[in-house]
Amino acid sequence: MAIGHALLGLLEGGPRHGYDLKRAYDERFGHDRPLAYGQVYSTLSRLLKNGLVAEAGVEAGDGPERKRYAITDAGVTDVERWLGTPEKPEPYLQNTLYSKVVLALLSGRSATDVLDTQRAAHLSVMRDLTKRKADGDLADQLICDFALFHLEADLRWLELTAARLDKLAQEVGK
Amino acid sequence: MSLLVAQDLHKSFGKTHALEGAGLTIRAGEIVAVMGPSGSGKSTLLHCIAGILPPDSGVVRYGDRELTSMSDRERSELRRTDFGFVFQFGQLVPELTCLENVALPLRLSGMKRKDAERAAKDWMAKLEVDGVADQRPGETSGGQGQRVAIARALVTAPKVIFADEPTGALDSLNGERVMHLLTSAARETGAAVVLVTHEARVAAYSDREVVVRDGKARDVEFVR
Ligand SMILES: Nc1ncnc2c1ncn2[C@@H]1O[C@H](COP(=O)(O)OP(=O)(O)OP(=O)(O)O)[C@@H](O)[C@H]1O
Ligand SMILES: [Mg+2]
Repeated sequence: MAIGHALLGLLEGGPRHGYDLKRAYDERFGHDRPLAYGQVYSTLSRLLKNGLVAEAGVEAGDGPERKRYAITDAGVTDVERWLGTPEKPEPYLQNTLYSKVVLALLSGRSATDVLDTQRAAHLSVMRDLTKRKADGDLADQLICDFALFHLEADLRWLELTAARLDKLAQEVGK
Repeated sequence: MSLLVAQDLHKSFGKTHALEGAGLTIRAGEIVAVMGPSGSGKSTLLHCIAGILPPDSGVVRYGDRELTSMSDRERSELRRTDFGFVFQFGQLVPELTCLENVALPLRLSGMKRKDAERAAKDWMAKLEVDGVADQRPGETSGGQGQRVAIARALVTAPKVIFADEPTGALDSLNGERVMHLLTSAARETGAAVVLVTHEARVAAYSDREVVVRDGKARDVEFVR
């Protein structure tokens, strides 16, 4: 996820310190990947340079953690544009998996094994997500469900490909 | 410890070879998903290992007893005492109330009505369907009906629950709820579950999966 946009969105609730922002981010979005402080400050300085945030007061003392940041009008427009733009529907795994299957067939290896190995790995991740969902709150459940539905779609493709291996082998062999 | 072991099962229907050397092992208390494409033999395999359908050849052992050499009567007795069943639909008796349906297996083993209905009520509460106790199956939603069926499967404290596409007729949210309740109830009682499904999200409630292709079962074990 674009960290910059997430931070901007959080700043719409009012100005915050960098560490405050990190805490808010981790709590809402950082379930398995909390932000590093360095990431927060480098992102903020980029947003500052682009005029999407502005400094809103500095407390006594020095160091970046003393600064408060506020979102600018340009920042708000940017958040709006981000929310209004769909993410690219990326078929991110197919290319790799398809190549593996074709290369297995070309080299006389077992493409079924390739597919079965992938299926087992997918299902294993799906099991972990399902367990996490059982112990989690609604936010956890929604995030896990998103991943689960995507992995399920991959698995359907694996199943369909497994059912068409004979035909694919013929075409590849031509 | 292996509870249920099937080896080299063959089963044909006329010219159709539904099982061609299928085998699998179920350990006590584990939840195993049986997956595979339509027509690959999943249901046939389940029916054979649950003693519903005799295989043409091959062996099914349950503990130290051999299912495949039992008489029909011994097998149906074993099904009643040790196994529970959940299918996609059509398993509840339409003329009985949901409570009477859940109590039925206990009544059949000779338990008094009052005791049977008390136990049935407990299970219905655990599956969050005590609200439909006095309704007939036709008056419940698909998800409720399925949970009533699960309560009925669990009420006899079976060692193995056989479930064939238990969420097949439900939407995602209801399917998830049924799976969550089924697997938590099974874990609570220590029952093993053999879960036939072609849905990966449903299979993800299992401990491991067995894939059936062309009548052969392929055991995928996960060591973690
Ligand atoms: N009672 C029957 N009479 C004739 N053929 C049968 C019978 N039961 C199953 N078959 C055949 O045996 C094969 C395996 O069927 P089975 O029902 O076990 O598949 P399945 O994996 O459960 O499929 P699905 O996912 O569609 O439920 C199929 O070709 C099917 O047509
Ligand atoms: Mg079937």
